[in-house]
Amino acid sequence: MIRQALILLRKDLLLELRGREALPAMLLLAGTTMVVLHFALGQRSVTGGTAAGCLWVTLLFSATLGINRLFVAEQEEGGLDAVLLTPVERTAILLAKATTLFIFMVALELVIVPAFALLLLGPDLLPTLGGLIPTLLLVDLAIAAVGALVGAIAVQSRIRDLLAPLLALPLLLPALIAGAKSAELLFAAAGPAPIPGRWPLMLALYALVFGLLGVALYDYLLDD
Amino acid sequence: MLYRALSVRENLHHQARLLGVPSERADRLIERVGVAARADEPLRTLSRGTVQRAAAARAVLADPPLLLLDEPYANLDPGGAAMVAPLLEENRSVLISGHEPRMLLERSDVALGLRGGRRAFLKPSTDVSDSDIKALYG
Amino acid sequence: MTDAPTVHGRGLKRLAIATTLTLGTAFALVFFWTPNELDQGFVQKIFYVHVPMAIVALCGFTAGGIFGFMQLRTGKRVWDMRSYVSIHLSLMLATGTLITGSIWAKAAWGHWWVWDEPVLVSFLIVFLLYACYQPLRFSIEDPERQARAASVFAVVAGAFVPLNFAAVRLAEAYTHPRTLGTTTGGMPGTMLFTFLLALLGMTLLFVTLWKYEMASKNARMKLASVKRRIENEIAQGGAA
Repeated sequence: MIRQALILLRKDLLLELRGREALPAMLLLAGTTMVVLHFALGQRSVTGGTAAGCLWVTLLFSATLGINRLFVAEQEEGGLDAVLLTPVERTAILLAKATTLFIFMVALELVIVPAFALLLLGPDLLPTLGGLIPTLLLVDLAIAAVGALVGAIAVQSRIRDLLAPLLALPLLLPALIAGAKSAELLFAAAGPAPIPGRWPLMLALYALVFGLLGVALYDYLLDD
Repeated sequence: MLYRALSVRENLHHQARLLGVPSERADRLIERVGVAARADEPLRTLSRGTVQRAAAARAVLADPPLLLLDEPYANLDPGGAAMVAPLLEENRSVLISGHEPRMLLERSDVALGLRGGRRAFLKPSTDVSDSDIKALYG
Repeated sequence: MTDAPTVHGRGLKRLAIATTLTLGTAFALVFFWTPNELDQGFVQKIFYVHVPMAIVALCGFTAGGIFGFMQLRTGKRVWDMRSYVSIHLSLMLATGTLITGSIWAKAAWGHWWVWDEPVLVSFLIVFLLYACYQPLRFSIEDPERQARAASVFAVVAGAFVPLNFAAVRLAEAYTHPRTLGTTTGGMPGTMLFTFLLALLGMTLLFVTLWKYEMASKNARMKLASVKRRIENEIAQGGAA
């Protein structure tokens, strides 16, 4: 199963490398969102809760783009049928899609978080990294789990592009809450404060629940 | 069935990995359908005929005992069809639907003629006459 | 499937009468028997509509998830219809909940909306998610695909509801320390009795509407299939 997932993952990454459809768009949207936030808030730099909000709004909106593109290649080329015609486990497809999205998010954050620190963030980024990196990774995990499921639901529909963000954003709100609460403490004007254990725990639990839901439901979604 | 952003070789190697077929077989098939010269260019830059040949190679990758083909020769010139046809039809049962009665009859054992979704004839291909075919399209 | 219409239609009349009586009595009690609450006065009585609607809507969403799960397990279309009707009715009740909640908030706190009331905020999020159910459902033409995607949505959203309530509650509990008490705690007997009666009435209303819509959908489906059969017979008769 892992072997199949790796084959599919390799194909998804190769497709992105050749087609460059998801990541550049995600980066551009994130960059534009930060410029929009700067003017909308009318502030040169932000701290605390506002800073956390700016970062998560930027990342979440870009994530919905990524979720949207997740199954596009399959849908446009009838490729899902090609995958389903080979003896591939549905869980391997879920794993490959979730990992693809996770890699997209990490790649996005490698560029966007430093850019955010340069453009908008008031406090110094370096001292926050110890808490920020695990938080980002946990949120990415939750986004990957929810996104792989939402992408597979939305791709069934004619209005996939509309539905993916509409479904993904409410479903990601609990993860956003935990992420924002953590980042708010990290970006405090007085210097980063420690994050209470309940927020990372909640993020991990959330990713786990949606991962399990995905494993249970993918069989039905991709069954033709 | 094939990804348009990937080349013929990338597509077939990916499928070979999924099916557990050695990638040398994929390379051999690329040679046999005559697309080796353009096998490393993205599919979307290739002509429909070339893509059709690649699709034929994909279809026989796992050497299935039975193939269902819907107009497999539609976008191919006669030379291409002559190259692909033996590959598709070797060592297996094949069910082909298509609109090239002369070519298909020559290559098949049994023919089923459909007119308006209903059976017009079902007999050995050698027994199908010109008037049978005219009646289908008339 | 053949006996489904009779199953869903059975007892509909008696149920409708019971619903009318229960809800009518409950509302009569609300107006003439229950005391006016001390700080909020008469407007607090919207609570007897608001809370039952919210509870029944959430139970309806949960039922939709369970029916969706049954559809996936059995592959029978009737479970999908049950899930659809549950979610569809709950969505209407949820709209009512948000409107009455907003009126209550305006009267009690002076604002149409308050962000530090976790139940209200959670309810809005749940509402926004379920509002996508119908667009999703009706943008899939293939009936089998439609049933499967809608059921998967129902299950996912059903699991999301408690998670979301917990997350929002957790987030607010630490910003605004508040006593975590239930709404029914410390209620005088007359209020509790009326509230429970209103809750029962709302539940009966949901069940009645649900059975009514199921019966009507089944009848329509049956009618369509009979029509098709007759048309086929006429076409074949004409050909012969």
